[in-house]
Amino acid sequence: MTTPLLSLQGLTKAYPGVVANDQVSFDIGEGEVHALLGENGAGKSTLVKMIYGLVKPDSGTMLLRGQPFAPAEPRAARADGIAMVFQHFSLFDALNVAENIALGMENPPKMSDLATRIREVSETYGLPLDPYRTVGDLSAGERQRVEIIRCLLQDPKLLIMDEPTSVLTPQEVEILFETLNKLRAEGTSILYISHKLEEIRTLCDHATILRLGKNVGECVPAETSARDMAEMMVGSTLQTPERSGRDFGEVALDVSGLSVPSPSEFGTALRNVHMTVRKGEVLGIGGVAGNGQDELLGVLSGEITTAADAIKFNGQPIGLLGPTTRRKLGVLTAPEERLGHAAAPDMSLTENALLTGSVREGLENNGFLKWAETKSFAEKIISAFDVRTPGPENAARSLSGGNLQKFVIGREVLQNPDVLVVNQPTWGVDAAAAASIRQAILDLAAKGTAVVCISQDLDELMEISDSFAALNEGRLSAPRPTTGLTVDEIGLMMGGAHGMEVAHV
Amino acid sequence: MDLGEINPVLLVASLMVAATPLLLAAIGELVVEKAGVLNLGVEGMMIVGAISGFAISVETGSPWLGFIAAAIGGAVLSLLFVVLTQVALANQVASGLALTLFGLGFSALMGQSYVGVKPPSMGDIHIPVISDIPVIGPILFQHDPILYVGIALTAAVWATLKYTRVGLILRAVGENHDAAHALGYKVIKIRVMAILFGGACAGLGGAYISLIRVPQWTEGMTAGVGWIALALVVFASWKPWRALLGAYLFGGITVLQLNLQAAGVAIPVEYLAMSPYIITILVLVILSADKSSAPASLGRTFHASH
Repeated sequence: MTTPLLSLQGLTKAYPGVVANDQVSFDIGEGEVHALLGENGAGKSTLVKMIYGLVKPDSGTMLLRGQPFAPAEPRAARADGIAMVFQHFSLFDALNVAENIALGMENPPKMSDLATRIREVSETYGLPLDPYRTVGDLSAGERQRVEIIRCLLQDPKLLIMDEPTSVLTPQEVEILFETLNKLRAEGTSILYISHKLEEIRTLCDHATILRLGKNVGECVPAETSARDMAEMMVGSTLQTPERSGRDFGEVALDVSGLSVPSPSEFGTALRNVHMTVRKGEVLGIGGVAGNGQDELLGVLSGEITTAADAIKFNGQPIGLLGPTTRRKLGVLTAPEERLGHAAAPDMSLTENALLTGSVREGLENNGFLKWAETKSFAEKIISAFDVRTPGPENAARSLSGGNLQKFVIGREVLQNPDVLVVNQPTWGVDAAAAASIRQAILDLAAKGTAVVCISQDLDELMEISDSFAALNEGRLSAPRPTTGLTVDEIGLMMGGAHGMEVAHV
Repeated sequence: MDLGEINPVLLVASLMVAATPLLLAAIGELVVEKAGVLNLGVEGMMIVGAISGFAISVETGSPWLGFIAAAIGGAVLSLLFVVLTQVALANQVASGLALTLFGLGFSALMGQSYVGVKPPSMGDIHIPVISDIPVIGPILFQHDPILYVGIALTAAVWATLKYTRVGLILRAVGENHDAAHALGYKVIKIRVMAILFGGACAGLGGAYISLIRVPQWTEGMTAGVGWIALALVVFASWKPWRALLGAYLFGGITVLQLNLQAAGVAIPVEYLAMSPYIITILVLVILSADKSSAPASLGRTFHASH
């Protein structure tokens, strides 16, 4: 057995309140495409940041070709042949391609020579790129090419790719895989991070699975079914909780033919979305991040307005109404981003309670605020949802993620909504807090509220939702009852196999 | 009124002198803003530079030492801005305003015993033959050395930003500090260096007013040039040569309106006095139609988090 290119031994990294990596060990062989699998928050990104020198491990060692390897900064890692393509592109919009590439190199040649080399390498690997174009004008796929070529110009021994396909079209994924296969043939090792199982089955030689910061198993992806890998990722068989035929009321929320362009430059437009949610029903919406989740929440909350008839609440068109009017009617939302979207970070919990509660809780009188009532509303949320904080006068920023999330969800739940839309209600929240948030959502539904739960946590959706639909590139699949739904079927709805078909063409 | 008394050669020569303090301060601030930091304390750093330079050259008798002291004085004051914004992560706008107010007050205190004192003169350079050419000689080749330093600095900053790796890294930090950090560049360190450079340039600009342009010390003698420098950087779209153009335009109109006042033109003095500000801003607003060139991270606080 030859020495592996990179050997990780017992890497541990803890942040306040969470152990991101706990005794992670595995080897990456020479010329191997090694997949690092895991759910959001499993510790994949932290692990690669340690390899790239951005984060220092608390304990554990790394060996590069048998030699101790402890990069103090990315420069040192790059000097040792480690290159990384970032999940969120580390590019400078106002600079041109050549300048961006020069910034990622230790000893870049003169600009004119560099431009020539960029042209050569980009032609060799089938990634055409004009060195003098401004990066801000490039498409997501072209931007990624800039990152990849920046890495290739340094002849890396190990290329780290963090979720490279999440922003690519299927055609671009195909090109990317050709490039990666070429690199593997030349002896470059690749550490490929993803949670797209079919991609990994197509591309990777070996896979390591992380769950809650721990290495929970390894497998050879080509010989393992997507279902088995998914179960290793989530840690148990995907449970389908019993949903005894609870009676649903009439349709509370009716979305039909909803198409909305994304407000942000790199967002996903919603395309012809149809769905109905009945009173007492929980509709779970799954899908990989960036497939229109934020836009869907925005259009349901009223932050993005649309044609009046596209969204109906109890038969009444509300597409043109803004968030406050919708709140008054009983349509409440809790967005994904806790600090900045769901809560104002530097304002107290009392003030945050007022921000969404003023309409329904009557915390306002002719423009004057009723602080006493607001404070007792905030205290009610804190006690009902077991929010750990010294008191409602504390700033939202001072709470841990889980506690703030309980507050944000609790604030909406206690306003007795008729329709509640939540996005990633338990993202980054510990298991106990997550369970109580899910329980609150279920209790609300039992009282007759129509709930839409957007999440990337399939386990969560299987646990709480009555029917399931998936967002894929802004399109929503037809909702199906959760009971009896298999992982393979869910994968198909999420478009998991879609990418694989294209990759084979 | 006699417009014939205005000598065009002297007018052009003196507009360059009038423009130099503005140019020096603007070039320094341009570098600071290119690194993504908005330092509104230019006026404060200028006036501290003005009194530092004035005091040292009076005490030592050497204008050169005075200018060096001015640069150090401006840089030391900018160090306060560094501590506030880069270490304590305070708001840049508020910190910059505080710096200006502090600088104005502190310089008045430092300068109490220097009111009415005459500083040593630096003298103009005189190159035989070239300086004696009619018209061109007096305009281009009969100035004090610091004026040429200002032009050289403009050229150096332009070339550094455009052609060198240091300039590229500086622009990268100002453009996207998170990406620069991810690539392993020391964002805070680079910004601190830029802020110190900006402070030194503003100090030089201030000392140019107190040692050469006026030359004497009075409280608040920078009279808003620091604020014009800030506006100039924005309207020059962060381009050094355009900043030089803007500074000369401002200097030109300042000198012209003084000449017009002296010639007794029948326009109220107040209108003439405000004309340089209005015309400079109007022209630069029209020039800066391309809004895209502002550094994307300008004024945003960087905090490394993983």
